[in-house]
Amino acid sequence: MARIEIRNLRKEFGDFTAVQSSSFVIEDGEFFMLLGPSGCGKTTTLRMMAGLELPTSGEIFIDNEEVSQKRASERDIAFVFQMFALYPHMNVRKNISYPLVSQGMKRAQVKEKVAEVSRILGIEDILDRPVSGLSGGDRQRVALGRAIVREPKAFFMDEPLGALDAEFREHMAHELRSLHDRMGATTVYVTHDQLEAMQMGDKIVVMNHGVVEQFGVPQDIYDWPATMFVADFIGSPPMNFLKFEGAVEKGGTSIDLGGAFVEVPRLLEDARGQLALGARPEHIHFDDAASYRGKITATEYLGTTQIVSVDTPHGALKARLSSEQPARVGDAVGLRFDKRTLTVFDAGSGRALFSEANREVLGHG
Amino acid sequence: MSFSVTEPSARQKLFAGVLVLVYALVTIMPLAWIIATGFKTPSDAIAYPPKVVFEPSLEGYVNLFTTRTRASAETLESLGEPQTWYDSIVRKNDMVIVGPSRYGERFLNSVIIGFGSTFLSVFLGTIAAYAFSRFKVPLKDDLMFFILSTRMMPPIAVAIPIFLMYRELGLNDTHLGMILLYTAVNLSLSVWLLKGFIDEIPVEYEEAALIDGYTRFQAFYKVVLPQAATGIASTAIFCLIFAWNEYAFAVLLTSGTAQTAPPFIPTIIGVGGQDWPAVAAGATLFLVPVMVFTILLRKHLLRGITFGAVRK
Repeated sequence: MARIEIRNLRKEFGDFTAVQSSSFVIEDGEFFMLLGPSGCGKTTTLRMMAGLELPTSGEIFIDNEEVSQKRASERDIAFVFQMFALYPHMNVRKNISYPLVSQGMKRAQVKEKVAEVSRILGIEDILDRPVSGLSGGDRQRVALGRAIVREPKAFFMDEPLGALDAEFREHMAHELRSLHDRMGATTVYVTHDQLEAMQMGDKIVVMNHGVVEQFGVPQDIYDWPATMFVADFIGSPPMNFLKFEGAVEKGGTSIDLGGAFVEVPRLLEDARGQLALGARPEHIHFDDAASYRGKITATEYLGTTQIVSVDTPHGALKARLSSEQPARVGDAVGLRFDKRTLTVFDAGSGRALFSEANREVLGHG
Repeated sequence: MSFSVTEPSARQKLFAGVLVLVYALVTIMPLAWIIATGFKTPSDAIAYPPKVVFEPSLEGYVNLFTTRTRASAETLESLGEPQTWYDSIVRKNDMVIVGPSRYGERFLNSVIIGFGSTFLSVFLGTIAAYAFSRFKVPLKDDLMFFILSTRMMPPIAVAIPIFLMYRELGLNDTHLGMILLYTAVNLSLSVWLLKGFIDEIPVEYEEAALIDGYTRFQAFYKVVLPQAATGIASTAIFCLIFAWNEYAFAVLLTSGTAQTAPPFIPTIIGVGGQDWPAVAAGATLFLVPVMVFTILLRKHLLRGITFGAVRK
């Protein structure tokens, strides 16, 4: 059980800055996701938290204790590696009991603990097998067993499902989440898969190029992205951007898309120059009465819904519509946007403009 | 008629079999010759045409381990019946055994120097290779090249400077001197070989051990070493074979106390010329330790112990 706080964490490898300056808080018992594309610094951040990498600067608190310069073994955390890193010269039982043996625990107690953990994970029948013959899922379970047997303050997992087959991954994700709920220990989980992050996480940090882009609960991040990167990285298909040259004013409630006015939540700041209107695919509807128009270029049938690609004067966009909605390639359609859900971005910096709708999530007074 | 892409045809199998057989014959011939010669009598050994079928005799082995002297008929008479089987072999040639030969001593020197230098090369090589593989070492590439460059000329090219150095340092004809010399020659090989093996061991194992509560040294000792066993075993075999068979330095730097078997064997002289069966017997016995060592470590030479524990 642990509350973890990261303050201005920075890591340089020679000339390369892997993590610029990360700050976030992980509350006790949270399932916390570090999300971002490869090379964004999420794994480096996790490794610094675990003590496998020393930060260039910044602080890490585990339960209000500054640990950034402490050895990994002194932090009382467990790490699950992407490639599992089971000790290949030991069998399953030895792998799981290894962390206990290092603490000098008595043999009878070790045996009891291993039995308990293997019952939780359902691996009692493979305890005496060598790890080299195990399937990916079993190996994953053994790796988890080695992590939970010590009852550490926190679990750190570096893409633990990355090495599994796609069909098995979902099953394992579910198992992981329910294991977390049962144990109640803080879990920090690195992934590049936004779906996985949304599915499993209590909270998400989105990183890019070593910078924390946004930090919050999955729904807030999905609905009210702080930057165009987050809006684009999360969601499938991602958020649509209609880029335009223009100006908006504090207090404004609509924007001018080449003569067609689109209503947006009341803006709380001025901006001018290259701007972009962000709209999730499911917040775009066909409406013949709408003044903003486009032409259908493609449709993708997905069962109950369909993804319709539309060419507009401000670029292509994708709308998620009911499959019952008639849509034929070549048709000209009017486009209506759900006013409540729109975000206006400064396209130059990529930052979301504060509005009445997102100010609470983005922390603007 | 059907054929498979992966399964060789009968004709291909036959061809491969013949090829292997021919190669095996070529390799085994000299070995078989030496072993056979060890069991011949001196006259059979130099008979022309060579005798393939002969009556086996242990004369070579007896001669290898003993020093003998020719005795007059009266002396032989006064000794009475030979006491042991080897006495009787020697008596047939009108000789008597006057003491053990130096072969045992030389053999023991070879064992001390060969295994001593192998242990030292592998030990130093493993820790050096681990450091090169895992830590940021300044000028790492240059150092690795420098280590390799000691192999770029035949070791004997530096024989004279080493001879002079050793004389100054009092290392001439000492076990320590030979162990240090063979270790120096083998170290480049062992560092390079072992670095390759250690590089292949995923660093996650050590990180897992570090998090599980072990120190860096414990992680090395308990996790890396067992993983590197294969590499360490094959490196040890290479080092031992070099140190065991080395001839040139041994001739130059040893004469009395620390002389190894290779320079000693060719000096075995019988009465009336080279005692070929004794030489062959010495060479045959000399093969045994390396063979045993290799067979013992054979299991480790088979790769793939780590296979499957980490998905790549």
